Amino acid sequence: MDTNLKSKLMKYMVGNFTCREIARLVTDYLDGSLTLGERVRFQLHLGLCFACRNYLRQMKYTIATLRQLPPEPVPPHVKEELLKRFRTWKQRPSQSSGKPETD
Amino acid sequence: MFEHFFFFLLGHGIYQVEPAWIKYVLCHRPLIVIVGLRIILRSVVRVSLYYVGLTISSSPLTVHDRLNLDEPGLVQALQAGDERVFAAVMDWYSGSLLRLALSYVPSRAVAEEVVQETWMGVFEGIHRFESRSSFKTWLFRILTNRAKTRGIRESRYEPFGLSASSTDADEGPSLEDSLFVAEGSGEGHWIDPPQAWEPDTPERVLLSKECRAAIEQAIESLPATQRQVMTLRDIEGVSSEEVCNILEISETNQRVLLHRARTKVRRELAPYVQGDKR
Ligand SMILES: [Zn+2]
Repeated sequence: MDTNLKSKLMKYMVGNFTCREIARLVTDYLDGSLTLGERVRFQLHLGLCFACRNYLRQMKYTIATLRQLPPEPVPPHVKEELLKRFRTWKQRPSQSSGKPETD
Repeated sequence: MFEHFFFFLLGHGIYQVEPAWIKYVLCHRPLIVIVGLRIILRSVVRVSLYYVGLTISSSPLTVHDRLNLDEPGLVQALQAGDERVFAAVMDWYSGSLLRLALSYVPSRAVAEEVVQETWMGVFEGIHRFESRSSFKTWLFRILTNRAKTRGIRESRYEPFGLSASSTDADEGPSLEDSLFVAEGSGEGHWIDPPQAWEPDTPERVLLSKECRAAIEQAIESLPATQRQVMTLRDIEGVSSEEVCNILEISETNQRVLLHRARTKVRRELAPYVQGDKR
């Protein structure tokens, strides 16, 4: 189909969300911080646009990949040192010195 | 009936256009119905879950699961100085702390020291911890405080409050603009529409050393604040509310930083997961 015609129709059907706006709003969408109207228009655009559906999937995939990154390896000597410091701290009778950490 | 609805939407102009318009609407009708049903179904599920008093949670394993303790139990055990619990908690969080520390200080050695200082802060402060925030949030807050102090002391470090936020702002609001048609009839459309990525799981993709190096490299080259938000939100899975609390930034600012970081990492990940199409 003629792309010009398609884009005109999409503009008509999907309000004024272009693919660029979808790409810009994708994090807001995933965070659930769009208004109801924006959300509906976003999903309508997705329903009509393969490219943006792929883009959203790619974003989700990127996030899932980041979530799978292993933690930074902590060298064994650091771990040993930590345990040593813990034991020293525990044996100390008074634990009230030092800068207070508020929560 | 459905056709009437769309004729109504399209207005009287519908009778003057080529059949292609109508064909387009008709052939995409199933999609529109599916989207509509999805919205309705989701809200029904959400409302019913709300009334049953459940929340959808698919949270991964936490240190609480591993120790079989709830949050108050964990804090109590730490306050009592239980070595088994302390060892497990230090083992669990040190890698995450190290990752975040690396975004504040120039070298790994200094970051390791910051992690140690953080745990010293925990030893000193755990008795005064009053569970106004979660232990995890509190822990990361101690780290960011120590790391900032330490970072300022290191000469190579520029104070983040000023430089990082200004460089972030310099990037402008339109990071993705190069991906889209700038003007003309197709304005705002993809120059190169995203393809489906190959359906390999993230775990399998990360097995490729090259790919992992590329992702780590992409994260490292982010501006510091973007890197911090991404580390906490996406890698450690901290909630947005807690991230704002830890980094002391606004919710909106946090989302902008996260969005920029994700856009860049997606771009770096793309070559490794794209099919053979290109
Ligand atoms: Zn689109």
